[in-house]
Amino acid sequence: MSSIKIAFSKFNLRDSFGAWWENATKKQRIAFRVLLIGFFYALPFLDNPILGTPETNFQSVLFYPLAVYVAMAVGLNIVVGKSGILDLGYVAFFAIGAYTHAILGTFYGVSLWFNIILGAAFAMIAGVILGLPALRLRGDYLAIITLGFGEIVRIVALNLEITGGAAGIAGIPAPPNIFNVTFDVLDPKPHYWLMLTFIMLVVWMYIRLGKRRPGRAWEAIREDEDVAEFMGVETTKYKLWAFILGGAIGGGAGAIYSSQVASILPDYFTLNVSILVLACVVFGGMGNIWGVVAGAILLEYLPEKLRFLSETRILFFGLLMVVMMNIRPDGLFPRKKREKVYDKVTGQEISR
Amino acid sequence: MLLEINDLKVSYGKIQAIKGISLNIKAGEIVTLVGANGAGKTTLLKTISGILKPAAGVIKFDGKDIQGIAPHNRVLEGLCQAPEGRGIFPGMTVLENLEMGKYARKDWKSELSEDIERIYTLFPRLKERQSQAGGTLSGGEQQMLSIGRALMSRPRLLLLDEPSMGLAPMFIQQIFKIIREIQSQGVSILLVEQNAAQALSCANRAYILETGNIVKEGAGKDLLNDDAIKKAYLGTGA
Repeated sequence: MSSIKIAFSKFNLRDSFGAWWENATKKQRIAFRVLLIGFFYALPFLDNPILGTPETNFQSVLFYPLAVYVAMAVGLNIVVGKSGILDLGYVAFFAIGAYTHAILGTFYGVSLWFNIILGAAFAMIAGVILGLPALRLRGDYLAIITLGFGEIVRIVALNLEITGGAAGIAGIPAPPNIFNVTFDVLDPKPHYWLMLTFIMLVVWMYIRLGKRRPGRAWEAIREDEDVAEFMGVETTKYKLWAFILGGAIGGGAGAIYSSQVASILPDYFTLNVSILVLACVVFGGMGNIWGVVAGAILLEYLPEKLRFLSETRILFFGLLMVVMMNIRPDGLFPRKKREKVYDKVTGQEISR
Repeated sequence: MLLEINDLKVSYGKIQAIKGISLNIKAGEIVTLVGANGAGKTTLLKTISGILKPAAGVIKFDGKDIQGIAPHNRVLEGLCQAPEGRGIFPGMTVLENLEMGKYARKDWKSELSEDIERIYTLFPRLKERQSQAGGTLSGGEQQMLSIGRALMSRPRLLLLDEPSMGLAPMFIQQIFKIIREIQSQGVSILLVEQNAAQALSCANRAYILETGNIVKEGAGKDLLNDDAIKKAYLGTGA
């Protein structure tokens, strides 16, 4: 067992792929990107026995849970993975986005295209309202407050008239056709492509930011907030930015989600969602965007693939988590390459 | 005067940690602040950096009252601290740690490699370790990294909080040698230490801090021979 464990932990896809990527020519890189993006856009048509999910509609699974959770995981990664702010109420932002489109789209006829932006904006405003007082706290206390926030949003939605109470809102409109592509409940493909585009935009933005000052500031805050302040990082400002940017992504994803499912209830936005998104981030590798994407895909895909096991699949799911966290505690693709460490006396390389 | 502190008082709630301190540092000096645990040394440094707010008193840097300047902007004024317990970023590489030292400057990328070379000349060991994660360095190397990172912002006054803490004697010697070398490059230093013997022999002037008050000040060499000091801090008194 231990030799298997060592062999598995030595196999590091991140490093071996990283090495290939470093040495790849510009053409190879472009080709890889095009192939990867093309693969994901073509995915709804690849419903075959190997890839597909036999018990459920593969195209539906691709949109929810897969794409929805990838989008949320990518957003939460900015907060938890990159900046080290433990947010247990991320579902609140998702719910705010979903209800933004449900209310404005159904009752006021505002198009989804505006509501994605409005949903993100409302989530940001909520992020500022919560973040300004809450981000003065750290660690456990902050986690509890965010947990409460997630529940508050759900309970408010349960009790307001405009959100339809426990019955929720039905008949949420999808956007009008683009060319010949029809957005509706029966065909999840267009919404999947829309969410995929949203995810790519977000990932692109994240990578750009990560290389600039905000990325550095977030990493420093994650590593040691006090020292970050000594180094001249405006910690309050950047923590708030991480929080509301993550929230905005959740809000945007929520708006697209409510457009596809056409009816939403407060029950869709429970604590479970927050925990599952957090699990995706931790499982994939906190702070590494590709790890987080892969983690979310795997964690959301496997339960659907294993659906023939009916309820026992949750057991397998739990087992997978335990085994995984034992073998690769830093996640599927850890943030940093493991650096070589040399023995201080002999100068020999120590394997870690 | 590079740094002038007048009747500074700092409290944690009802407990007064600093009860009215006045001290000054001239440009180019090494000034040390010696005192036992709980004397208020770290509190004073945190107040100078702006992390803590004073209850009363004035802190002037280069003749300017820095009371209203936020901590991150004090770095730009030329004040930088190597925090207690080294405080390196464990998950960042040595190089990334050094880059963070220059973060406060909006133009941090200009002359970045020159600044890093400057630090590597001072600490050749860091160059060997540059792509290693900070958390995997030894204690002495982490201290070098902490000082090197503070120097990246090109400070005029470097605040060092217990640089010898928890280090092997060989490294302590080396750290104090480097402190003098940094002084020779024109950086003033406020050195907070428990290791009184090393600190006093290294410093131009010294202040002795006891439970929030300055009880003695003078040239480092004089205090080193002061009987009361010998007895209290050096363990060699009669």
